[in-house]
Amino acid sequence: MNAVQRLFGFHGGVKPAYNKEAATGLPIAVAPTPTLLVIPLHQSIGGIPRPLVKAGDRVLKGQRIGGADGNVSSAVHASTSGTVVAVEMRLMPHTSGLSALCVVIEPDGRDEWIPRQPFDFRSATPTQTRDYLRDTGVVGLGGAVFPSYLKLNPGKLGKLHTLVLNGAECEPFITCDDLLMRERAETIIKGTLIMREMLSAGQVLIGIEDNKPQAIAAMEVAAQAANAAAGDSSIKVVPVPTRYPAGGAKQLMRVLTGIEVPHGKRSTDYGLQCFNVGTAYAIYEAIALGQPLISRIVTVAGNVERARNYEVLLGTPMRDLVALCGPLPDTDRVIMGGPMMGLLMPNDEVPVVKAANCVLVGSRKLFPPPPPEMPCIRCGECAKVCPSDLQPFEMYWFSRAKIFGKAQEYNLFDCIECGCCAYVCPSRIPLVDYYRFAKSEIWARELENEAADVARERYEFRLLREEREKQEKAAKLAAKTAAGREKAAAALAEVEQPAVTPEQDAKKALIAAALERARVQKAQAHPENTSNLTPQQQAEVEAIEARRAEIREMAKPHLRQDD
Amino acid sequence: MFEAILVMALGAVVLGAALGYAAVRFRVEGDPLVEKIDAILPQTQCGQCGFPGCKPYAQAIAKGEADINCCPPGGDEGIHKLADLLGREFKSLSAEHGIEKPKSVAVIDEQRCIGCTLCIQACPVDAIVGAAKQMHTVVAPQCTGCELCLPPCPVDCISMQPIGESVETWKWKYPVFKINPTQREAA
Repeated sequence: MNAVQRLFGFHGGVKPAYNKEAATGLPIAVAPTPTLLVIPLHQSIGGIPRPLVKAGDRVLKGQRIGGADGNVSSAVHASTSGTVVAVEMRLMPHTSGLSALCVVIEPDGRDEWIPRQPFDFRSATPTQTRDYLRDTGVVGLGGAVFPSYLKLNPGKLGKLHTLVLNGAECEPFITCDDLLMRERAETIIKGTLIMREMLSAGQVLIGIEDNKPQAIAAMEVAAQAANAAAGDSSIKVVPVPTRYPAGGAKQLMRVLTGIEVPHGKRSTDYGLQCFNVGTAYAIYEAIALGQPLISRIVTVAGNVERARNYEVLLGTPMRDLVALCGPLPDTDRVIMGGPMMGLLMPNDEVPVVKAANCVLVGSRKLFPPPPPEMPCIRCGECAKVCPSDLQPFEMYWFSRAKIFGKAQEYNLFDCIECGCCAYVCPSRIPLVDYYRFAKSEIWARELENEAADVARERYEFRLLREEREKQEKAAKLAAKTAAGREKAAAALAEVEQPAVTPEQDAKKALIAAALERARVQKAQAHPENTSNLTPQQQAEVEAIEARRAEIREMAKPHLRQDD
Repeated sequence: MFEAILVMALGAVVLGAALGYAAVRFRVEGDPLVEKIDAILPQTQCGQCGFPGCKPYAQAIAKGEADINCCPPGGDEGIHKLADLLGREFKSLSAEHGIEKPKSVAVIDEQRCIGCTLCIQACPVDAIVGAAKQMHTVVAPQCTGCELCLPPCPVDCISMQPIGESVETWKWKYPVFKINPTQREAA
């Protein structure tokens, strides 16, 4: 080990029973491909990806089946080759028990990959690299599933001094990162080097809780090898004291660097960024091997005979996974995540998703129902253990009384829902449930207010538009009437004016004179062809003239009608 | 004595000038109370309160011409907020103005729509698109669920559909339970 790294502390924290030994005895096994994969499209924070396949399509392993939608979103891929059976609503791995759009794939057993090519991130622009990582679906695998491409941005400073790699894994029962570090340390370091280059980061600090000596040793060897290759000592593996929640990003950064990221600020503003070790592994696979994120390491532990870590294809039903480990007969629930922060699943048919670091099998014996909630006695124990330096009892009172504005004033949204406060509460108050309730109510209100603002704006615009249209119509009508009046006036003037002006009089006299002249000329003129006619010709002409007169007489009424 | 009157008069002139200047310089445009009331109202623009929109209702409340319990979409929560703002007593929703319904959006049955444009003219937030003799459709995210498009439709092809819960809009339940004695026995 290098020179002793100075460690800092974080406020509060608890030491629950870790229960990690059961699943660390065996190496990571590859879980068999299930008969049906149910892959939810929404597996990360942000926009819901659009489905890119339809029922009946054949898909290859690693083929994109959901395209990222919006600024914050991440793609989803087929975990194996097969046929898309349906794109339909299926039960989600979510406490609500609600359904969401999933792609159901029937594997064909051939496990046929799409063509895979390494991505040359060194010659690509940062935007191209981020787009690539978005389309390979890499998200934070510590449990928050925040799209990694958004975090691989050095931020305002343009470079970071420290990249923190989170291998603390502080929650009881979960050992997926532990096993990953023991078995695949080299790959994790390779992924870390890629991330470091993208972030222009200086040193790398890998924080691992000191209850994982084997993982620390393995990572130490890999880090030394990388340091030796680079000829420096910029990658350091740092054992941190075992105390829940040392694996919280802010807590680990504080322990390793002493920097506390304040409310409303980003860690990159302070030259820091933190990634889970599983994310580093996924980034290596995506960049160096061209493999999108289609599987993850999942710990199956709790009320089972053989707890173990499995490499699981995303979309595998939890039931299949639990069946591999021999669930005990009194099993009555499945929890995604650990006992402190995990979410109770509606049943065991829900699929493994990117957020599922652990499938915890529970029973009444293992997790007895909490004793009835008692009144808060204001002992302040919760404030003593809060790792975010909040005042949980204040937030509890205001959440319980539904005074959400006040709860927010006590920085409810800085709560990481670690559960330390509820763990130590002597009155057994499920404090985190209150915070989750208050948070979701505040979010809903926020959305409602936004919708109301849009409606107000649209309504006011409509009123404005109606007013404008009315005015335009009135203006048009006025213009039309004015034009009509002018025309009528002009016509009237034409009728009335001739008698009045002398000029017009003169004109009329001229016309009359001309007409008179024409009449006289006509009377004097004799058509040449009618002189010197024989009596016979004369008679013929007369007959014709008579017929013409007759016809004219007959046509008169018709002509009049035409007039 | 004369001096005292002069001093007081001078004081009055100076203060009066200051107040007059302040009245011009810091003049508040519009009625801030109306804005505050309008911010609480749900902006459905449904007219169930008897006023042609949320703003006119807010103005009527501010003037004291309307009661605070005439807005069914705002529900009890809205009345509580108005009561807090105006320092009045809470009243339950007035029955003559309607009942609080779950949030819904209008949906046009596109097979039956004849393209008469009547609903487009009725929509207070311009959330229906279409043209004469062309099919119309509702832009769901902008629909306030006011139901004003229902009566003008000559073929009754518009229906109100409640907005279902999705994983994204699901809310954690209020964790205060009644203690169920059967549960304890079972344990």
